[in-house]
Amino acid sequence: MNRLSRIFERAAEEDRLVVSIFLTIGHPSVSESRELTLAAIESGAEIIELGVPFSDPLADGATIQASSYKALQQGVTMRDCLDVAAAVRRKSDAALLLMGYTNPFLAYGLENLVRDATEAGVDGLIVPDLPPDEAGEFERALQGCDLSMVYLVAPTTNESRLKTVASHADGFLYCVSLTGTTGGEQIGQGVGDFLARVRRETSIPLVVGFGISRPDHIASLRGKANGAIIGGRFVRLIEEASDDERLDAARSYVESMVEAASGR
Amino acid sequence: MTSSGAQQATFDASVWENLPTDTGHFGTFGGRFVPETLMPALEEMADAYSRVKEDKEFNAELERLLKHYVGRPTPTYFAERLTDKLGGARIYFKREDLAHTGAHKINNAMGQGLLAKAMGKDRIIAETGAGQHGVAGATVCAMLDLECLIYMGEEDIRRQELNVFRMKILGAEVIPVSSGSRTLKDAINEAIRDWVTNVLNTFYIFGSVAGPHPYPMIVRDFQAVIGREAREQIIELTGRLPDLLVACVGGGSNAMGLFYEFVRDADVKMVGVEAGGTGINSGMHAATLTAGRPGVLHGARSYLLQDENGQVHEAHSISAGLDYPGVGPEHSYLMDSGRASYVARNDDDALRALGVLAREEGIIPALEPAHALAYVIDIAPSMSRDEIIVINLSGRGDKDMETVVDELGLRG
Repeated sequence: MNRLSRIFERAAEEDRLVVSIFLTIGHPSVSESRELTLAAIESGAEIIELGVPFSDPLADGATIQASSYKALQQGVTMRDCLDVAAAVRRKSDAALLLMGYTNPFLAYGLENLVRDATEAGVDGLIVPDLPPDEAGEFERALQGCDLSMVYLVAPTTNESRLKTVASHADGFLYCVSLTGTTGGEQIGQGVGDFLARVRRETSIPLVVGFGISRPDHIASLRGKANGAIIGGRFVRLIEEASDDERLDAARSYVESMVEAASGR
Repeated sequence: MTSSGAQQATFDASVWENLPTDTGHFGTFGGRFVPETLMPALEEMADAYSRVKEDKEFNAELERLLKHYVGRPTPTYFAERLTDKLGGARIYFKREDLAHTGAHKINNAMGQGLLAKAMGKDRIIAETGAGQHGVAGATVCAMLDLECLIYMGEEDIRRQELNVFRMKILGAEVIPVSSGSRTLKDAINEAIRDWVTNVLNTFYIFGSVAGPHPYPMIVRDFQAVIGREAREQIIELTGRLPDLLVACVGGGSNAMGLFYEFVRDADVKMVGVEAGGTGINSGMHAATLTAGRPGVLHGARSYLLQDENGQVHEAHSISAGLDYPGVGPEHSYLMDSGRASYVARNDDDALRALGVLAREEGIIPALEPAHALAYVIDIAPSMSRDEIIVINLSGRGDKDMETVVDELGLRG
């Protein structure tokens, strides 16, 4: 059983949601991204999405766009992201996913990526502009290795597409809570119905993202999903905190979300 | 970097004519690299388009509007003085600059506007670089009574002020985009983000043969009227097919529009002219096919200006309409298969060509087709008087007068 499966199984046994944290590598710096990742894990996050910066992040709202831009200004590359993963892996058993857009992965070369990501202890990829319809090349490259290709479904996903995406699902399904980009402060209104619709198609773990910013958002997902992803809100916290307060602010924020995820 | 060149080394018209595939692929190019949120909308649009494409009433209405509103067919004009001056091949202009709103963009905006109506969408968004697609979109929305929002980079708003005024007068809202290079690339990012958020009631009128499927196909089909007319007109005027077609390429819609009807005519050469900016070696250019390599941007795989890490380069051109680091996937296919070739001409070449056409023929072209003309000025003298060139004069130059006057030091 791979790391992601173990994490979801343990959480189910303990009747809690898995908390996943997204951050952009290199925002505000590569070394701080590493420290922030470790802090999030110490505070109870079990899946970390290491954001690979891209020049044209079209699924992202202003917050994550800006973080990506700042990271690129410092010359952050895929190699930096893999180095952060490797450093975190030496100290932690949390699941580590690379989240980024198609082109930087293609430019790195998929064979190189699979080799280096495996070596760094990465557990999978999330590529928001790569629906399964276009992912043949990625899926072939990932065959036979222990990297999951995580796909997204959205409230607009109709039943026929839901079947298609579910048939490719691997690790978990990333359920986009709303019709929109990242960075909102509210989850979608119809998320309960949406999750029920997805649940009818697949037994794979469902993890909700986009717009999750407060403990009550997470609490409202208990019993409906297996996990929650906090991205835009966490990136904004990193952006707004001063240098000497950043790690503490990250810790206490993640702790509050993990508590809510446990029903406490 | 990819094996696409090897796979498509020779062009086969019987393969090409069935492209794109149902999933929007032209060989290894094209596709739908978009967030899942948009996938159902793209499928819905492809379905709706395949219905209206066969629908007699839809086509009759489009034809009526193209004739009586847009002013089609546009003429094909023999530029005799320019031909004599260059002393080589006979040069004909397909006068898209004479279409309503002053550029070819209206052909596609009209088609997509009617498609939006047919689909029951009443909120329209569009991106624009030079402002010609924005003006065309705003025009069609005014005429069809649709709400219209145009995303435009701040840099383009500055250099194409006239078109910004036109869009506003036509009742469209122009939304400035301040991210990235503040040009067309970033306007498209912002428009896509709007679409992701408002997809249920919004139709995105995309302006070029780029973007995710079905856009490269739909825009090509709506622009193909240029080549259909040109083919008929040149045969009527000269009794035969041309030897060479030339058109400028940013995203590539006017070039694809001219080329499409001639692709099966193996003896007709096709050359796309990209923006060389201040020179390919300077790195400040928009010559995607000439100097890029395949990658994924704005929903499709195609040639792309990018660094070794896959980050998209900012493009540079004096011409806002060519200032784009991507290109339509079918152009990538035509290039790799050897059916069309692509060259670049610089800012200075375009400015000079604009002056030549203005003085020799009394036509002030937009800076975009001035790039195509610059290539023709170079190549025509080496061809014989028996040979025929058709160049797509895709737009008129009014919008560029500020830029040109500044560059040529004509103020005061």
